[in-house]
Amino acid sequence: MPAEVLRQEYNVSADDFAAAGAASAAVKNTLKKLGFSPDFIRRTSIAMYEGEINMVIHGGGGVAEAEIAEDYVKITLTDHGPGIADINLAMQEGFSTASDTVRELGFGAGMGLPNIKKQSDDFSLTSEVGKGTVLTITIKS
Amino acid sequence: MESITHSVTLDADKCKGCINCIKRCPTEAIRVRNGKAVIMSDHCIDCGECIRVCPHHAKKAISDPISIINNYKHKIALPAPSLYGQFKSVRDVNIILTALVNCGFDDIYEVALAAQTVADYTKDILPGARALLHGPLISSACPVIVKLICVRYPGLLDNVLKTITPVELAAIAARAKAVKETGLNPDEIGVFFISPCPAKITASKYRIGYDGTVIDGIFSMSEFFVKLLPIVEKTREPKGLSVAGVRGISWSCSGGEGSAIGESLFIAVDGIDNVIRVLDEIENDKFTSARFVELGACPGGCVGGCLAVENPFVARARIQRMGVELEEDKNTNSVDNSCLTSKILNWQKTPEYNSILRLDADRSVAMRKLSEIENISGTLPGIDCGSCGAPSCHALAEDIVNGAAHESDCIFKLRERMSGLFHEMAELQEYMPPPFRDLSNP
Repeated sequence: MPAEVLRQEYNVSADDFAAAGAASAAVKNTLKKLGFSPDFIRRTSIAMYEGEINMVIHGGGGVAEAEIAEDYVKITLTDHGPGIADINLAMQEGFSTASDTVRELGFGAGMGLPNIKKQSDDFSLTSEVGKGTVLTITIKS
Repeated sequence: MESITHSVTLDADKCKGCINCIKRCPTEAIRVRNGKAVIMSDHCIDCGECIRVCPHHAKKAISDPISIINNYKHKIALPAPSLYGQFKSVRDVNIILTALVNCGFDDIYEVALAAQTVADYTKDILPGARALLHGPLISSACPVIVKLICVRYPGLLDNVLKTITPVELAAIAARAKAVKETGLNPDEIGVFFISPCPAKITASKYRIGYDGTVIDGIFSMSEFFVKLLPIVEKTREPKGLSVAGVRGISWSCSGGEGSAIGESLFIAVDGIDNVIRVLDEIENDKFTSARFVELGACPGGCVGGCLAVENPFVARARIQRMGVELEEDKNTNSVDNSCLTSKILNWQKTPEYNSILRLDADRSVAMRKLSEIENISGTLPGIDCGSCGAPSCHALAEDIVNGAAHESDCIFKLRERMSGLFHEMAELQEYMPPPFRDLSNP
C-alpha cells in the first residue's frame, strides 16, 4: 500500500504581520495531531515560520504548501517577489536586506535562511530576480 | 475528601446545558450531553475558566470542609498572598494573619515567605538551567501552565522550571517548624492552604513533580472568606506575625515572581488566552531574548483566581499598598535552611507529555482520521453554534471521527436530512404502481 500523504495549502499575504505565522501554526497543529515527536515539530515549525516570515517581508506574499507523510514533512514556499540576486550571500548569517521598519519589529536579523537550513534535512532554494523565489525543505522524522 | 484528579466539577442540578462553558474552555474539554455539561478528565487543566463563565454557577471547585482542621492537634493556616488583597480598608498584613489565628488555627505560615525562598533558589539556578536550554525558562508556579504544556506543548516541557512551588515549600517548612516547637508528631500537625484557584487545590492533592502530598486540607478562598471577614473586621490588636516582604506578597500579582527573582530580562503574561499565544511563540523560537517567562492562567495573576472574592485590579492595588508598609529587611527573610535540600527543592519526577491533540497512537490511522475530520468539517456549517454540544464545528467533526458523536447531532445537518426525507416522501407519494399508471405517458 502506498504511503498516505496529506497536503495542505495556505495563502500567505504580504505585509500583514498580524497574520504572519498562521500557516506554520496550522501545520504545527496538524503535526501535533499526528503525534510527531516534540523535536520534529519544533524543527518543522521553526523552519516553516522563518520561511513564512521571509515571504511576508521580502517575497510579497505567496503560497505555502505542506506535504505531510508518516515519516517526513516537505514544505514548499513559493512567492512571486523580487527574487534573490545572490543566494550564497543571502545564506550568510547576519546578511539581510530587510528595511528598518521590519527590523524595528524584531525581524531581519539575517538569521532566517541559515536557521531554516539548520533545521531541515533537505534544503533547496531557487530564485530568479524579478520572478520570485521557491524554497523547498524536508524534515525527516 | 472524595477521590478526584480534578477539583473543577459540575453541580448537575444547576447546569442548564447551555454552551457558555464549552465555548470558553481553552482545551475544549467540555461537551454537553443529555442536557448537562460533561468534563473530559484527560483534557481538563483545572484552569477554572468554566467556573468563571458559568451564569448558573454550576461549575465549582471541590475543596475540603473547614471542619477537618479539628482532626489535628496543631493547626497551621497557609494563606496565599492573594488573600491579603481581599479585605477592604485593611492595610496591615498582621490584621489578616491575626484574624486567621483567631478563627481556629494555632499558627500561620506565610506562603509569601516561601515564595521569597523559591525566588532566591530560581535566581541561583537560572544561569545554569539557561545554558542547557533552548529559549527561556518557564515558571512552574501556576499549575495550569504546567498542565497546559503537558497536554499541548510537548517541546516546552524541558523549559519548565522544575522546582517546588511556594505553597508546597511553605507546607513543609511550617510542619518542620511546628514539630520543633511543639514536640508533636508530624502527623498530629495539620497544614491547611487557602487557595485562590481550583488548580492549586488539585496540585496540592496531586503534586506535580513529586509523589505524595504535603498539605492536609485545602479551602476555597471564596468559602473561607465568609468565615474570615467578620473576624478580620473585629481584629483590633494585631500580633506581629508578618515575616514576608513586598517581594513575597507581590507573587500574587502578575510580574511579581520575575521581580522577586531580580531577573531584568523577564516577561510576565497573564490570562489563559494570552498565555497560549505566548507559548505558541516560544515554541516558534520567538522569545530568544527573554531569560525567564512568568505565565499565569488568571487575569492579573493569582489575585484573578476564580475563587478569589475581590476583583483582581482592586486586590492588586491593595497588595501593592500593603507592600509599601512592610519593612524593607523582610524581603531577605527565608524559610528555615533545613528545608532547602535538593530532594525538597527539585522535582523528583517529570510529568509526561500526554497529548490531547494526538488523534491516534498509530500515525497512519491518525492521518486517515485527520483527512476524514477535514472532509466532515468542510460539510458542516462552520458557525460554531455549539448546539451539538461540541465547542465548534471542527470539534464536532473530531468527535464524529472518534465515534463520540454523529453527523445528525448538527441541527443544520439534521434539517438537511429531514428536508431530503421530505422530498423523497413527496416523490413517493406521486409514484403510481403499474396497475394505476398511464403507461403510454411515462
